[in-house]
Formats: sequence, structure tokens, C-alpha cells
Amino acid sequence: MRIVATDCGSTTTKAILIEEIDGVFRQTFRAEAPTTVEEPLADVTIGVTNSITELQELSGYRLVADDGTIIRRAAGSKGDGCDVYISTSSAGGGLQMMVAGVVREMTAESAKRAALGAGAIVMDTIASNDRRRPHEQIQRIRELRPDMVLISGGTDGGDGKKVVELAELIAPARPRPRFGGEYRLPLIFAGNKAVRGDIERIFSSEGFALSVVDNLRPTLEQENLGPARERIHDVFLEHVMAHAPGYDKLIEWTNAPIMPTPGAVGDILQAIARERKINVVGVDIGGATTDLFSVFGGIFNRTVSANLGMSYSVSNVCAEAGMEQVLRWVHLDMDERELRNRVKNKMIRPTTIPQTHDALVFEQAVAREALRLAYAQHRAFATKLKGVQQQRTVGDTFRQDEGAGSIVDPMLLDLLVASGGVLSHAPRFEQTFLLMIDSFEPTGFTAIAKDSIFMMPHLGVLASINTRAAMEVFERDCLVPLGWCAAPKGEVRIGKPALSFELRGERGVIAKGALNGGEFRLVRLAMGERATLEVRPERGLDMGAGAGKPASRAIEGGAVGVLIDARGRPLQFPKDHAERRKAVASWVEAAEVYEHA
Amino acid sequence: MTKAYTPGLKVAASTIYRVRRLLPVPGDVRVQVGARVQADAVIAETFLDGDVFPVKAASLLGVQPGELPPLMLKKVGDPVQTGEVIAQSKGIFGMMRTQAKSTAAGTIESISGTTGMVLLRGPQTPVQVRAFVCGEVVEVMPREGAVIETPAAFIQGIFGVGGESWGPLVAASPQPTEDLTALQISSAMQGAVVFAGGRMTAEAIAAARAAGVAALVCGGIDDADLKDVLGHDLGVAVTGNERIGITLIVTEGFGSIAMARRTFDLLMSLVGKQASVNGATQIRAGVIRPEITVPLAECSSASLASRGGTAGLLLIGTPVRIIRDPYFGLLGSVSRLPEKPEALASGSIARVLEVQLDDGSRVTVPRANVELIES
Repeated sequence: MRIVATDCGSTTTKAILIEEIDGVFRQTFRAEAPTTVEEPLADVTIGVTNSITELQELSGYRLVADDGTIIRRAAGSKGDGCDVYISTSSAGGGLQMMVAGVVREMTAESAKRAALGAGAIVMDTIASNDRRRPHEQIQRIRELRPDMVLISGGTDGGDGKKVVELAELIAPARPRPRFGGEYRLPLIFAGNKAVRGDIERIFSSEGFALSVVDNLRPTLEQENLGPARERIHDVFLEHVMAHAPGYDKLIEWTNAPIMPTPGAVGDILQAIARERKINVVGVDIGGATTDLFSVFGGIFNRTVSANLGMSYSVSNVCAEAGMEQVLRWVHLDMDERELRNRVKNKMIRPTTIPQTHDALVFEQAVAREALRLAYAQHRAFATKLKGVQQQRTVGDTFRQDEGAGSIVDPMLLDLLVASGGVLSHAPRFEQTFLLMIDSFEPTGFTAIAKDSIFMMPHLGVLASINTRAAMEVFERDCLVPLGWCAAPKGEVRIGKPALSFELRGERGVIAKGALNGGEFRLVRLAMGERATLEVRPERGLDMGAGAGKPASRAIEGGAVGVLIDARGRPLQFPKDHAERRKAVASWVEAAEVYEHA
Repeated sequence: MTKAYTPGLKVAASTIYRVRRLLPVPGDVRVQVGARVQADAVIAETFLDGDVFPVKAASLLGVQPGELPPLMLKKVGDPVQTGEVIAQSKGIFGMMRTQAKSTAAGTIESISGTTGMVLLRGPQTPVQVRAFVCGEVVEVMPREGAVIETPAAFIQGIFGVGGESWGPLVAASPQPTEDLTALQISSAMQGAVVFAGGRMTAEAIAAARAAGVAALVCGGIDDADLKDVLGHDLGVAVTGNERIGITLIVTEGFGSIAMARRTFDLLMSLVGKQASVNGATQIRAGVIRPEITVPLAECSSASLASRGGTAGLLLIGTPVRIIRDPYFGLLGSVSRLPEKPEALASGSIARVLEVQLDDGSRVTVPRANVELIES
């Protein structure tokens, strides 16, 4: 069997070829081409055809017909063409939604979770208590041009007045859909079922295409996001995709419904967490946005940081983080004025790639800040259901740390998966490895892997029609284990003893030593090699067993190895500029990040 | 031979320029097919819905939502003034009545017996759509707008701020490499579209705003200067609605960078003619680049035939512009298109091409780092 899969991103369209070889599915070739949703071409299928044409050149198989369409071969045939063609899409800005709920921390947050989980970018969340006055909310609704709107509010059998009030604000504001013209704005109601009649009356005008699904918060203690998510996917295909340039053709070409890219990535990560019974965080850093996915204790969360990305949004990352924060990761001499112009040039010509060593170092510094900001947003969002009575200790009440109350606990994180251009295409595995550790600051013992060539979206949609093929490719070709990070939680004192460690393999001690605050040590451990790592932190530092208590974990090698990190959590930099640069240069050297640091 | 698509910006000495001028909501179209229009001619107009102001009337009266409708003194569609009483409670024996007053002037939009809320609709805002370019109306979309067509020289910039503007085209300097300084701006440039080859300096922008220049077109701009003009650091390139009193367009990018010779020469050949410009840029889905359009008396048929077809195709000999350091801004033509990916100085493996620069030297760059110079 021969499967062609594409992912139409906002910048590039990525194609992969999957073949069944000796009874096992393997990913064999990949190619990419600029996405072509914009003028003058304004037809996504041109980029798709270009990427598959490149796949054809690399593989030697004829996959594209003279008229630009994808060649399909008859069942059982060994000739030209492919048997299955599937695609995901985030081009055209992806799926952009506005959500609304009665209480910001409860139904509105559940609505946001449903939209994000379905792969949408949430442009704004309107709630009765969002601290905006009604006319300000109406003004905001009028300014937005969403692809669709999701309204929730009220538990089933609970108060219905507030959600009707919300609907009464939204309807006269007449939000204009992004595609304009004859397009009727899809609106999904997933709130108190007792007021469905009122909602139908309010949105009966011609401008809306209303659909009603089960309440996504039927009781305070229960979240039921499935029906809303499914309806969002349906509406995405029926309304949004059908209006994007060239998608009417693409929909006809595919063997399975086109999925929003992040929805597909979420599906495959949930499958891993389920299969391996682990807690996972996955990141996909794109040109315009950064998507964060987490599965902790079986609970899935996704966030999209809409303006944190490496091309369209690169300037915003620098503006939001501050150039000083970006440059703290750089160990080379760089002229700030020149860098600012380079950032803007990348923003206006988003498809370019770094050609020089300096450009790469700077781009990876920006990526660290984009990831750090996106992860902070994710942790703040991924919390337990609010509105449910919980017992809190006095200690909890006074905890004010970032991500407090988040279910994404770095100490419980088992696997961190990196994907997206800047991570997947980094020239050396060491770059991705250190970039992930610097940005996410994992604590305790954490495995780090990367999506080899960003094929999680392809596999997410493939899983919907051929689970075996998706899982086989995922295990063999998609995930590349990079290694492990062991880092104690707590503030270190720079230059003072922080921890000692011992890495013991099947044939004895591989490495052992002690580290001072501000240092780390990389120990190479080959792919598949098993070992046990014991870390003994100093007083006040915690490896998961309690402050100052030793902890150990069985680990397996990867493309990089094991990094024992005594830089502290949160990660600490020397305050002096020259000392900071010296420290960063030593990290870069210790982790062998660049061939010529 | 390997074929690859690469995006490019259009620089055409003569083409047919066609622009759709649409109202945001249905309204009246004021022109007919065949009419000749000037850039500032109003071709369609309408009224936008006014703002909505909610009044929690039931709550103000201290009654249940369901009790509100009979207490309303105004009905849906009635005009109201700010402070006017719109509902009144029955009180006790007709005494101690409470009132709900209108918080804005407008009309009553709706009265809800479910929530007890009254929505007021503010006065409508008139909206006019102008022709933007001097040309002929070739299509009218009833109640929506019209399509204006003209033979024109057409140049796409890479980035701009500020919206639509028009005026006579004026050259501030005869050299494509010369930066635009305040000294080159004069009061005679009021209402003009002024261009220069190099970077537009902060001082030049300030002088142009003070002189009432309609638009500035240059090769480059410094990010720091743009930040000063806008008053904030631009995070995402979605522009066009800035109210800065001038439209700014750069054709090459950020930094000290000269305008491509071809673009500069074309603009020089059009000095004195009426130009229409739009700085609106959207580098996201549905990319929009800034435009400079100069209507011409006629269009040569050769340029019409060259439109479309090979657009976007990279071939040996294709003129390109390098758009990333270390060769940012250099122009040349494709001299080699290797099929196999090659290693870059950054360590990345990427598909590359070789460019023969205008000075005869050859450099290898990633394919992603060039753009076509379309004509």
C-alpha cells in the first residue's frame, strides 16, 4: 500500500510518502513546497501538487498526472500513483472562532477548551463577567471576523436567563464572517438545553446558520466536550473549508475528511499517552502560532498562542518577550538594530530560512522565548474544572507561583515532544534537545523526543482510517528519542554545590559526578541503551522524592543522551552581562549544540 | 529540469489593473458600467448599523423580566434621546414610580421579556467607497459596488502602513541608492506621492507628514523608525488602518536597502502622473501587499499576454531577489538549480539554487530565500 499525506500549513505544505514494506508501514520520503492560498495563485491545491511533485522526484514514483491531480492506482496494482491520499490543514489562518459563555472561569472556559481541542484559534472569549461592559463586548464582537461562534452557558436545569442575555447581545452585534458575502455565520449552541427555544428565536435571522448540540457543561462537576468538538469539525468542513481558496477541490481529492492540523496532532498525542500510560506535553511551533498539547492523568488540554510563532509572528515574540530576554540566550556578538530589522524582514517574508550560523543562533533564541511564553499560557489554562468545590490547604491558598493550580505539573511530566519547523528542522539533535530544556524547564526526570519531520498531523488523520499504519509509522519513523533531562526543582546558588549523580548501565557505572549551581553535564547514552540514573540533590532542591532526598529512574538512551541540569528551576542566569554570556557559551559548548560554537 | 514555485512581487510597466470596490454592507451604487471615474469619485455609499447599547430596564425598575414589556413607554423601532424615559414602573398607588432611561440616542432595537433587557441602536454611520483609481467602470454589482479597470503601471511593495491615498508622483532623488532625508522634502510636495530609492529616515517621514505629503515610497525603513512613527512595536504585519496622516510603502524591506533598479526606473518614467497607493499589508492568510498603481492612457498587448502562465515558476535565467542575509537585497538571475538538498553554513540541509548576481559573481542560497521579480 502507498499512502500520500499532506499538511497544508500557513507557510509550507508538507508531503510524506508512507509505504508498506515487508508487511510493516514505513515513512519513506518527504517533500515540501510553499503553501499557495494567497494571491496570485489563491488555490491550495497548487502547493499540494508542488509538494507531491517533489515527492515524486525524490521517490521515483509517478504520483502527479499531467493535469496536476494526484494519480490513484487500482486496488492491488503495483503501478504509478498512490492508494490513499489524506490531508490536514491550518492554512488560511486555520480555524478561527469566537466563544462565549456565562461565567468566564466555568462555561466560557469549557467552551474555549472545546474550541481549542477541536483545533481552533480562539479570537476572543465573551463572558458575562469578563470585566467588559456590554457595549464594549458588542463592539468587540462587531470587530471580529470569526469562522464560527460557539455559545455555552448554564447547566442543564440551571439558570437560563444569563445565557439568553448573552445571545441577545451577540445577535444584534451581527458578527461578520471572515469570508464575507453570502456566507452565513455558523453558530453552535452548547448550553442549557432548557433555553434552546429562546436561542433558536434569537438567531432565526438570515445571517446565522445555527446548530444545537448537547450542553458542554451539563453539571458543574462534568464537562462534556465531545458533541461540541465534533460539530466544530463538521462545520469546519462544511462551511469554512468550502470557502477557502481551492479547498473545494482538495476535499474531493482526499480519502478522509480534512482535519484542522492541531486537531490531528492532539489525536495522536492522546493515543500515545493512552498506550504508554504516561503524562505527555507536545508542542508544535509554527510560523504564526504555537500549539501546546498536554495529557495529564488522561485529561487532554490544548492551547494556541495565536501570536507566538517563528515567521508571521516573530516580531510579536520579540515585542512580547522583550529583545533583552531573547538576547540572553545568545553567546555571540550581535548588533541589536540589525537584529530588529532582520526580525521584521522575517515577518514580511515568512518563508525564508537561516543560511548563516549567526542567523540560526538568533532564530533559536527567539524560539526559546516563544516556547517559554506559550508554555506559561498553557499551564495557566490547563487547570481542574473551576466552579467545583475543592478542599484547599492553607499552603494552597498562599501559593502564587506561575501555573499554580495547573494540572500540568513539570515534576509529573514523563515525555516532552517537540515539533514544528524550528525544532524539527534544527540541524543538530543537540539544538532541539537544549532548546526544549531551556524553554520548558522540566523538573525531575523527563524524556524528550522530537517529531522527526513533523508528521504527527499526517499520522493523526491517518489514524482515523488506518490505525495500524499510523501507529507503526509513529513508533518507527516519527518519534526520535533525544534523551532525558534530570533537573531538581528549586533555586540554586550559582557556583555552590547543587547535586551529585550516578548513571549506572548494565555493565557498571557510565558516569558520576557532582555539579554546582549554574552548571549542567551531558552524558552520551546511545539510542536504546538502558541505564539507571540516581540524582542526590542538596538541601532545598527536589527531584520528586522530596527536598534534599535522592531519586532514581530507569532511563533509555537517545540521539543526544542524558542532561543532568543544575541550573535551577526556575532557570537562573548570572546577572552580569559578561558572566551571562560566558555561562551561555559554556552551556552551548557542554551540550555540543553547534559544530563551531 | 527541476521546477519549483516561489512567490514574487509584481512590478509591471504596463498591465490591466482591475480593482473591486465593495461596500462592507449592502447599499447604493452610484455609477454605471462604462462610466469614467476619477480616483476620488464616490461610487457607492451606505450606512453602517449604529452601536448597540443595552439597558437593564427590568432591573432598573425592580421588576421581573416578564413584567417589563407592558411597562415600556417606547416600542421597538421608536426613536429615543439620551436620558429619555423608556420604561416606568406602576409604583404604589401611582406614586414612587421608578424609571429606566435611555443611555444613548437612537432607536429601540429589542425588548426582552426573558432577560428584562432593552437594546438601543445608535445612529447609523455613513460609509462611502471611492473609485481609488482613475479608470472605467467595467462591472457593477448591484447594492455591493463596482469594478474599476484601467491600463496601468503596477508595483507591489513588500510592506506598508496607512491606507489608500492618491496624488501626483514626485521623485525626491534621482538615485536608487540615496536615502530619503528631511532636506529632500518640500512644501511643494503637499498631496503628492513621493518616492526615493534608499531608506526613508525618521526625519524625512516627520518632514513629509508636516508638509502634507500623501504617501512616501522608498526601498527600506528602519524598524526603530517605524516604531517611532506608529508609537508601538509592530508585532504582526496586519496594517492599513493606522491614522498617521501619511501612507508609507517600502519595496524591499527593513534596513538600509536600495530599491530594485527596475522598480526605481519604472517610477522615474512615471513622474508627474497621478498615482494611487495603498499601504495595507496583511502577511497572514490571504496575503495582501501594498500597491502603487499609476493609470496609463493605454496598455500594450504584450504585457497582457505575459500575465499568469509562468507566474511563480523558478527556471534557469529567472530574475530573482535574495531576501535573507547574508545576501539580503541583492538581485540576479538563477544560474543553477540542483535537485539534491545541500548543506548550508547554518548546518541545515535545504534545497538550494545558485544566483548569478548583477555584478557577475555567483552565490548559493536556499530556494526559500529568493523571490521572483515578476513582470
